Amino acid sequence: MIGLISYLAFFATMAGILAIAVLGLNLQWGHTGLFNGGVVAFFGAGAYGTMLLGGPPEPGQFGGFALPYVVALGGGILIAGVVAWIVGLLTLRLRHDYLAIATFGVAVAFENVTRNADWLTGGARGLRGFPRPLEAAIGDTFLYGLFFLGLVLAVLLAVYLGLERLVNSPYGRVLRAIREDEVSARSVGKNPTRLRLESFVIGSMIMGAAGGLYVSFYAFVSPQDLAPILTFQIWAMLIVGGAGNNRGAILGAFLIWGAWTLSGFALSRFAPDAMQLYTGSIQYILIGVVIVGMLMWRPQGLLPERVTKTIYQKGAKKGSVIINKEVI
Amino acid sequence: MSAVLQIEGLEAGYVRDLPILRQVNLTLKQGSLTTIIGPNGAGKSTLIKAIAGIVPISAGRVVLNGRDITGIRPDEMAPLGLAYVPQTDNIFRTLTIAQNLALVLRRLPDRAARLRELLDTFPPLAEKLDDRAGALSGGQRQMLAVAMALATRPTVMLMDEPSAGLSPKIAAEVLDLTRSLTATGVSILLVEQNVKQALRVADHCYILAEGRNRLDGPADQILSDPEVAAIYLGGRRVGAA
Repeated sequence: MIGLISYLAFFATMAGILAIAVLGLNLQWGHTGLFNGGVVAFFGAGAYGTMLLGGPPEPGQFGGFALPYVVALGGGILIAGVVAWIVGLLTLRLRHDYLAIATFGVAVAFENVTRNADWLTGGARGLRGFPRPLEAAIGDTFLYGLFFLGLVLAVLLAVYLGLERLVNSPYGRVLRAIREDEVSARSVGKNPTRLRLESFVIGSMIMGAAGGLYVSFYAFVSPQDLAPILTFQIWAMLIVGGAGNNRGAILGAFLIWGAWTLSGFALSRFAPDAMQLYTGSIQYILIGVVIVGMLMWRPQGLLPERVTKTIYQKGAKKGSVIINKEVI
Repeated sequence: MSAVLQIEGLEAGYVRDLPILRQVNLTLKQGSLTTIIGPNGAGKSTLIKAIAGIVPISAGRVVLNGRDITGIRPDEMAPLGLAYVPQTDNIFRTLTIAQNLALVLRRLPDRAARLRELLDTFPPLAEKLDDRAGALSGGQRQMLAVAMALATRPTVMLMDEPSAGLSPKIAAEVLDLTRSLTATGVSILLVEQNVKQALRVADHCYILAEGRNRLDGPADQILSDPEVAAIYLGGRRVGAA
């Protein structure tokens, strides 16, 4: 029984971490229309940043500052934000598929840097030895698994509530306006260039937070963790759950991670021996099929974007017109 | 009537060194409705987009209320009293009508009162505040677009073919609505393909051909001009003067 609970906690922890990254992508794509094809780069920036700042010193290796966990995680998120800011300045004038190609290129470049810059990232062997938060104090592995799940779910809840507040605010309305039409948004006095960059940086910092939690969970990171499939998995989660809906993003993360885990289990158990080498590839194909199938038959996702209702009161009192529970 | 908007020797185009507009001059008078007509490719929409800062200007000046605003950024227009209603995609379809209006009202100190004024001016919008703007009919969409442009009390409105894609009846209603707005003091520069209807509601008219001024004058005179009749009723090709 403990084994099953332990496994479910492990599953939910990973799904929760990925759900945080999906929420970051949802801000960029679902609410602002930014086609980020390089999610894994920002996830990775947060992961490596947290590890470099919080990990123990090693000879010949940059980083290892052994900073307190919260500082290391915050620093990792900040590093993801700085990377996003630089990438955003260079690429955000591109639109849709061009932006996707450019950011995908950034992710490939990032992975190559992590693979080759041994002095910084440990190269192909990666970085290890990260002290997991409160692990020594809790001691018991089973309890620690539950604790870490609680930590991830708390961060997920905080990110969800923060984003709900953000996207339902006037700021969120402007983001959706920019998503629809930049020229029109400009013509009503908005500055899409600045707002697109802000959304890109905030979304990427959320992905960085997911990366920081990921590296905290495994106490290890290597270029293998930043393979392009992670970007596609996170996109599949958002497409299945419903772009533009934060609950959909979380639902999609748990569903796709569940399907990924189950398909891996089923393939390893039931596929013929001769096919066992290819089970990973079959999973990649399954992710592609899910994305294409959803786009064809239910492009709005399982939980489509909601229309926020307006409370309109035609009273005489000043400030009696309320939109999104806010006086406009 | 004094001029609120003056265009002097304007050259503009989408590609550098390939201007679509060449030495275009235009004056919009206070409280008037001036229409720009011309054959397809004459540069009508390009002119309005250049004024709004969407198409780069390579030469000439745009003067609004005595202030040179040449090359202004579109998001800087509203505080200067200039509003632009694009031909298409001039509303945000996935937002509700209230949210569309809220976008432009946000920075007004008297936004609640202004919203009420707009809803009184455009009653069909008041009935559908919580509906997605994408669910509105063509005429109502234009109404919303105009309401959004008017929200910040502009002195000059640039309208790019507001009757495009509408049935003749609705198109006439939209142009009548456009005409009625000048009673509030706003001056309107209107680009239209619907020549007869545009001339019916306009005070003054400019004809562009191949990116240059071809003819201008009071709208009623232009309407009775035999050359204009030949161009639009006889299908004759217009060359630059």
